[in-house]
Amino acid sequence: MTAVSLSDVTFSYGDVPVVDGVSLDVPEGEFLGLVGPNGSGKSTLLTLMLGLRRPTRGEVRLFDRPAHDFADGERVAYVAQDATDAARDMPVTVREVVRMGRYPRNLFGRFSADDREAVVSALDRVDIADLADRRVGALSGGQRQRVFVARALAAEADLLALDEPTVALDAESREAFYDLLGDLNEQGMTVVLVEHDIGVVTARASRIACLNKRLYFHGDTEDIADSDALAAAYGANQRVLDHDHGHGRYHGNSHDRQRGHSHGDARAEPEDEQ
Amino acid sequence: MTGPVALAATDLLAVDFSAADSLAPLLVADAFTGIFDWFLTAVVGGVFSWLAGVTGLDFLGYPYMQRAYLSVLCIGVVGPLVGSFLVYRDLSMVGDTLAHTAFAGVALALFLDATLGLAVPPLLGALVVAVVAALVVQALIEYTDARSDAALAMVLTGGFALGSVLISLTGGGISVGINQYLFGSLATVSRADVGLLVSMGLVVVGSVAVAYRPLVYVTFDETAARASRLHVRAVNTLLSILTAFVVVSAMRIMGVILVAALLVIPVVTASRLGRSFKQSLLYGVLAGELAGVAGVTVAYLYGLAAGGSIVLVALAGFVAVAAGHRLA
Repeated sequence: MTAVSLSDVTFSYGDVPVVDGVSLDVPEGEFLGLVGPNGSGKSTLLTLMLGLRRPTRGEVRLFDRPAHDFADGERVAYVAQDATDAARDMPVTVREVVRMGRYPRNLFGRFSADDREAVVSALDRVDIADLADRRVGALSGGQRQRVFVARALAAEADLLALDEPTVALDAESREAFYDLLGDLNEQGMTVVLVEHDIGVVTARASRIACLNKRLYFHGDTEDIADSDALAAAYGANQRVLDHDHGHGRYHGNSHDRQRGHSHGDARAEPEDEQ
Repeated sequence: MTGPVALAATDLLAVDFSAADSLAPLLVADAFTGIFDWFLTAVVGGVFSWLAGVTGLDFLGYPYMQRAYLSVLCIGVVGPLVGSFLVYRDLSMVGDTLAHTAFAGVALALFLDATLGLAVPPLLGALVVAVVAALVVQALIEYTDARSDAALAMVLTGGFALGSVLISLTGGGISVGINQYLFGSLATVSRADVGLLVSMGLVVVGSVAVAYRPLVYVTFDETAARASRLHVRAVNTLLSILTAFVVVSAMRIMGVILVAALLVIPVVTASRLGRSFKQSLLYGVLAGELAGVAGVTVAYLYGLAAGGSIVLVALAGFVAVAAGHRLA
């Protein structure tokens, strides 16, 4: 079955298209890496996939239902780019956040034995059981991202969508986090990952989609290197982040973003973050 | 018996109703007022008189002080309870905004009374206008590109402007009564005010208890909640309306200008104390209660403004906790 299906999807702010005529399918069990330069519309495309926005033109289907009409909230888990903002200040424990994964299934009733068990096993699976009663704001960036993944696991979600989850992580926690995503994918979870950094995506994802408003490439990971898609999508004035992770270099994304602005980038569309 | 009951609900709002169908609502209202009067005199009065006897503090025996204490005890619960779902979403100013529009409601009620002779209770006017403003604020945040703080500032000043114009339209005749709404007052809290406050408090506590999970999820991660198909808009609407309830019920004591403080200060204080969200709710309520009771007491003893005293005590609590946190 197809987890996500886009046909000729266009999304515009006013007259400015942010996503233009994109068609692609994400079969269940796939690990799709969605890459593209800043402002390429990849975050917007992810929200379109989840039905959080409706396309200006074209159709989005989520598990064979129109995405905006899709009602099985527990099947879809989303880790937004700004997900950690509230987590810093709000007093809330790891366990409280992971329990939220059960809310789509049980919003008002008492938690059943199944609910509690799902929470415990989710904490175990991402290795944060010992942190369950810690405040989320007191965790390291890597631990915090694991909390969000545990929330998805508690929901027993079929689709995990993440928007640049490792922007603030050091190289080591970033590697560990992507190993975790790889494991979950092997166990059957469909993963859609928006990444600025092409290196990590080619190492982990099974398929890759390269976007800059339009879809420049969609295919197996190993084929992207041979195509001209990256150069075409990123353009000559954009630095392609395809570095070797063995060196553990860290590219702060916000820095890159600033750079794009200060160079007076000609692209007129809004930032692709929400 | 649904007919008379339904009639009762609408008739209570009607100014002028005929004798025939006014019987049932009056009986219902009478029964309710009776129970509340008994509660106020026998239970609250009893407890406070006993406290007055034990502590030797005479003012605990005065009915108007008992009403004031009961009011701040209520406000101390509902303020931080609702504020906890606002502060962490950078919506702290929502309370202040709704309070200032509630002022327009008070002015409107007084205006209708002065010009048309319609006896609309000022707090009812405040409640209606504040709820409408809550829905407007939410629509502004949702549908316009205006950043939410700008939208809030516009509604806040707009509401206050409307209130001030309405007051000037009545030729200053009602401006004497308006001061107590602006700055709050201990002495003017009537039985009906306390009744309204207690019932709205029960509604607020009950709503938060039922909608706790969606409220927490939306507070923590609104986008993920939307992706999980929670009805985020409904949750936000509920939160706005609850906020309107809180500011209206607290404005007699706190005053329009300061009423939002108890939605914010105890919550921020508690955010340093609690580890889990539930714990921080509890600490927030405790901080609100302490500030309310201590503030009213200080205000009475030294003849100070009640709202201002409560806010200053709450701030002192925050500073003490912050300092203790730093030293620890």
